[in-house]
Amino acid sequence: MNTSPTQSSIAGVMGLPEDAARTWTVFDHLHQWVVTVDHKKLGLMYIMYGLLFFVVAGIEASLIRIQLAVPNNHFLPPRLFNELFTMHGTTMVFLVGMPLIFGFANYLVPLMIGARDLAFPRLNAFGFWLSVFGGLLLYFSLVGGMGMTGAGSMPDIGWFAYAPLTSPAFSRGHSTDYWTIGVLVGGLGSIATAVNIITTILCLRCKGMTLMKMPLLAWLNLVMCGMVLIAIGPLTAAQIMLLFDRFLGAHFFDTQAGGSAVLWQHFFWIFGHPEVYVLILPGFAFASEIIPVFSRKAIFGYPVMVGATVAIAFVSLGVWAHHMFTVGMTPIGNTFFAISTMLVGVPTGIKIFNWIGTMWGGKIRFDTPMLFCVAFLVQFLIAGLTGVMLSVVPFDWQLNSSYFVVAHFHFVLVGALLFTIFGAIYYWFPKATGRLLSERLGKWHFWLFLIGFHVTFDTMHIPGMLGMPRRIYTYEAGRGWDALNMICTVGVGFQALGILFFVGNVLWSLFKGKRAGNDPWDAWTLEWSTTSPPPEYNFAEPLVVKSRRPLWDIKHPTDPDWKFE
Amino acid sequence: MSTVATTLTPESADWSQPSKGRTAMICLIIAESAIFSIFVVAYLYYIGKSASGPTPRQVLDLPILSSICLLSSSATITFAIRALISGDTGRFGFWWLATIVLGGYFLFETGREWHDLIYNKGLTIQTNLFGTTFYSLVGLHAFHVLVGLLALLIVMGFTFAGAVKREHAERCEVLALYWHFVDVVWIIVFTVVYIIGL
Amino acid sequence: MPLLIVLVLALATARVIHEIQDAPHPPAALDVQVIGHQWWWEIRYPKLGIVTANELHVLVSDARKRAPTFLELRSADVVHSFWVPRLAGKTQLVPNRVNRMWIEPTRTGVFFGQCADYCGTEHAKMLLRVYVHTSEEFERWVSEQKSFAASGPAVAAGRLVYERTACINCHAVKGTVGDGRFGPDLTHLMSRETLGSGVLTNSPENLHAWIKSPNRFKPGVLMPAMNLSASELDQLVAYLATLK
Repeated sequence: MNTSPTQSSIAGVMGLPEDAARTWTVFDHLHQWVVTVDHKKLGLMYIMYGLLFFVVAGIEASLIRIQLAVPNNHFLPPRLFNELFTMHGTTMVFLVGMPLIFGFANYLVPLMIGARDLAFPRLNAFGFWLSVFGGLLLYFSLVGGMGMTGAGSMPDIGWFAYAPLTSPAFSRGHSTDYWTIGVLVGGLGSIATAVNIITTILCLRCKGMTLMKMPLLAWLNLVMCGMVLIAIGPLTAAQIMLLFDRFLGAHFFDTQAGGSAVLWQHFFWIFGHPEVYVLILPGFAFASEIIPVFSRKAIFGYPVMVGATVAIAFVSLGVWAHHMFTVGMTPIGNTFFAISTMLVGVPTGIKIFNWIGTMWGGKIRFDTPMLFCVAFLVQFLIAGLTGVMLSVVPFDWQLNSSYFVVAHFHFVLVGALLFTIFGAIYYWFPKATGRLLSERLGKWHFWLFLIGFHVTFDTMHIPGMLGMPRRIYTYEAGRGWDALNMICTVGVGFQALGILFFVGNVLWSLFKGKRAGNDPWDAWTLEWSTTSPPPEYNFAEPLVVKSRRPLWDIKHPTDPDWKFE
Repeated sequence: MSTVATTLTPESADWSQPSKGRTAMICLIIAESAIFSIFVVAYLYYIGKSASGPTPRQVLDLPILSSICLLSSSATITFAIRALISGDTGRFGFWWLATIVLGGYFLFETGREWHDLIYNKGLTIQTNLFGTTFYSLVGLHAFHVLVGLLALLIVMGFTFAGAVKREHAERCEVLALYWHFVDVVWIIVFTVVYIIGL
Repeated sequence: MPLLIVLVLALATARVIHEIQDAPHPPAALDVQVIGHQWWWEIRYPKLGIVTANELHVLVSDARKRAPTFLELRSADVVHSFWVPRLAGKTQLVPNRVNRMWIEPTRTGVFFGQCADYCGTEHAKMLLRVYVHTSEEFERWVSEQKSFAASGPAVAAGRLVYERTACINCHAVKGTVGDGRFGPDLTHLMSRETLGSGVLTNSPENLHAWIKSPNRFKPGVLMPAMNLSASELDQLVAYLATLK
C-alpha cells in the first residue's frame, strides 16, 4: 500500500521515516486506529464494536429461543437462562444500540454540517474508550462474577435490575457489580459524547447553515444528545446508590431497613423510557435522510418534523411510569401516565405521516437502503399501535411483563431501529469505504431478515395475550403456548441467515464492491460533496450553504432550493 | 474535495455561533443536575422514614460559616475573571487564590462535621435512611467541590508560572461557570438537608 | 383528529381504572393475604384462621350472590407479581409495601397463574392455582383446612424426624413445635395438588423424591437436601402423608 499524505504525516508523528517507499506494517495500521481522535475513525470503531456485540447478543437470543422452543426443555439450566436474558438485554441496549447510534452520529454529523471534526476530538476518543471499557467490564463477569469461590457468572438480574433482587442479600458474588459498574462507566462515556455532539452542532456549523437549514439528521442527533444529558443521569445516580448499598451498607433500596423497591423502579424508568427514545431518534434521522433521496423529493414538512422531534423529547420525559402500571400506583397516577403515553404517540404519528408524504408522488427507487426504510415505516407503525394498546392501563395490567410487551419492544428496537440502521449502513457504506455494498446480497439480507423478523415477532404477541409471562426459563405444556413458541424460534433461523448474508456482503464488498465515487445515490447533503472515503480534514475549503439541500443547489443552479425555502 | 465553496458566493453577513467551551460546560451542568436531582429526590422521599437511629434534628448543626465561605467564593471567582479580562493578572491571582481558600475551608469544615457525626454522634451511611441519604447527597456535592478545587489549583499553578494571560479569560470563565454551578447546588442541598429535612 | 382519539381513549381508560381500583370493598367479601416468597406463594385467610401455600381457594360469584375476593399482596423478599390471566390483571408484590386487588370469578374450576415479575433463579416455577368453588364446596374446604387431628402413633417416628430435624425451622405444622414461616405451612400438605409450587404432582412418591433432593426438580430452590437416612426419609414421608 502506498502512503497517502495523511499516512506520511502520521508516520512523521509516530517518529517513523516519512519516505513514500516505506509501507506500513499491521502494527502501524492498528496503532493509527488506537490513537486516533478523528471522528470518522472513532465513528467506524463505535460501529464495529456495536456490530460485534450485536452478533454476541444475537447468539444469546438464539440460545434463549432454543430453550423456549418446546415446553419443559432442558437445553439450558435455569441460572444460565436468566444470565442470558440479562446479558441479551443489557448488551443490546448499551453495547449495541448506544455505540451504533453514537458511531453514526460521530461519523456523519461533522460531515453533514460542513465541519472538520467534532468540537472536542480528544474527548471523543476518551468517550469511546470509556464505552469500550464498560462493555468489556460487563463481559468480564463471565470470568470474575462469583469471585474466587466458583466459576464466573454473568449477572442474572434482568436488564432493569429491580431492587431488592440486586441487594447483597439476594445477589451474592460480584456479577451484579459488573453489571452496575460496566453500565455506569458506559453511561459516562455516553454523556461525554453527547456533550461533544451538541457542542459540535451548535458551534461548528458551516457558514449559512442556520439551525433550520441543517439536515434533519443533525436535528435528531441534537435532540437525542440533549435527552442523553437529562436521562442518563438518573441511571448513573441510581447505580451509585446501588453500589453504596452493596459496598458501603447503605439502605437506598434495602427494604428490610425501610428502603423502597419502588424508588429504584422510578429512577430506572426515568432513565429507561427516554433511553428508548434516545435509541430511536437516530433511526428517525436515517429514515429522514434516506427516504427523500430515494423518493427524489425533499422531506415533507421539515419545520413540522423539527417541532415533532422536540415535542417527542419533552413528552417522553414524562411517561416513564407506564412501565410501572402494576406496581400499585393510585388511580390518578395511573391515569396521568396513561394520558402522557398516549400523547407521545401524536408527534410520532405526525412524523410517520410526513415520511409517507415525502414518498407520495415521488419517483421511488427500491434500492436496499430504501427497502429497509419502507419496512421500518410499516413496522414502526405497528409498534406504535401496540404501544398505545399498552398505554390503556387495564390492558397493561394483563399484558405488562408478558410476551406481548417483548413483542412490542422488539418491533420498535429491531423492526424500527435495526432496520433503519441497516438502511444507514447500506446508504453510507460507500461514503466511508469508497465501495458500494452488493445490491444482490443486500436484497437476500433484507428479505431473509424481514421474513424471520415477522415470523418471530408477529407471532410473539399471541403467547403474551394467552398469559405467558416474560423471563421464564421454561413453561408447562398445555397452556396453549407450545406451537407458538416453536414458530418464534424458527423465525430466528431466518434472521440468522439474513445476518450471515449481511456479514458476507460487508466482507466481500470491502474488497470487491463496485467503486462508489463521491455521490453514488445522487443525494443532496454535504457529505456527498467530498470524496469517498473523505480525507482526514473532510473538506478542502470552508463551505457556505444557502439551503437545506446544498448539493441540489449546485446540481440545479437554475432551480435552487433557496429560492423556495 | 468540495465544489460547494467555489460555486456559492460567501455571504457578507458575519457568521457567529456560540462558544464551544461555554456550550460544553452548560451541557455538563445539565447532565450533572440530572444526577443531583435524583439524590435530592431520594433525600426528600426518605425524610422521616428512618426506622431507627439519630434524627437530623438530634445531630445536625447548621454549617453557616462554611456556607458563607463557599457562596462568597462565587463572588471572588467573578472578581478574578473580571481582573483577568482587564489584563490585571496580579489581581486575578489574588482573587483566584481567595476562591481556593474559601472552597478549601468549606471542604475542611465538611470533613470536620463528618468526623463529629461519625465518631461522636454515631451517624454513618449504614446507620439508617437519614445517614444513607445524608452522606450520599452531601458527599456527592463535596466530591464536586473537590474536583473543582483541583481544577482551580491547576490554574493557580499556571498563574504562579506566569502562564495565564488575558486571552485565557474565556477558559477561566468556563471553569467559573462550573464553580457557580457547584455553589447553586449547595444552596439546594443546604435547603433540603438543613431546612426542609430538619 | 389524533388528539380526539387520545381524548376518547384517555377517558375510557380513566373510567376503567377507577372502576377497578376504587371498587367498593364489602365487609362480607372474602379477604385473603398473599405473601410472595422466593419461589412460592404463602396464602392466609385471616378471618378464617387458615394458612396454606400455592393454592388459592375462592368462591364463585354470580349476579344474585356477589362474592368477590379481596387480596392483600405483600412480599417477604423481592418483587413478585400475582397473575392469573383468566381472572384478572396482574399486581406486584413489593416488599415493605401492601398492594390490594380483587378478583370476582363467575365460573367454577381451576385457573392457572404464575409469578409475572422476575424474582430470581426459579421465577419460572413459582406457579399458582386458583380453585373457584361453589359455596358448598368452599365451606367443605374451609372446614377441612380448619380442622386438624393430631397424628397417630403409627407415624410417631416420622413426626419425631420432623420435629428434631431442621425442618421445623422453615415449616410449620399445627399441633407440633414446628412454626417456621420461611417455607410453606405443611399442616394440610396432602390437601394440595402439587409440590414445590407446581413443580410436581403431590403424591407420597413424589414427596419422597422431593425431600431427598429438591434441587433436582427446582434447581436453585432454597430448600436444602436434608440428607436423611433412607429409613428416616420413609418415616417422615409416612408422617407427612397423614397431613391431609
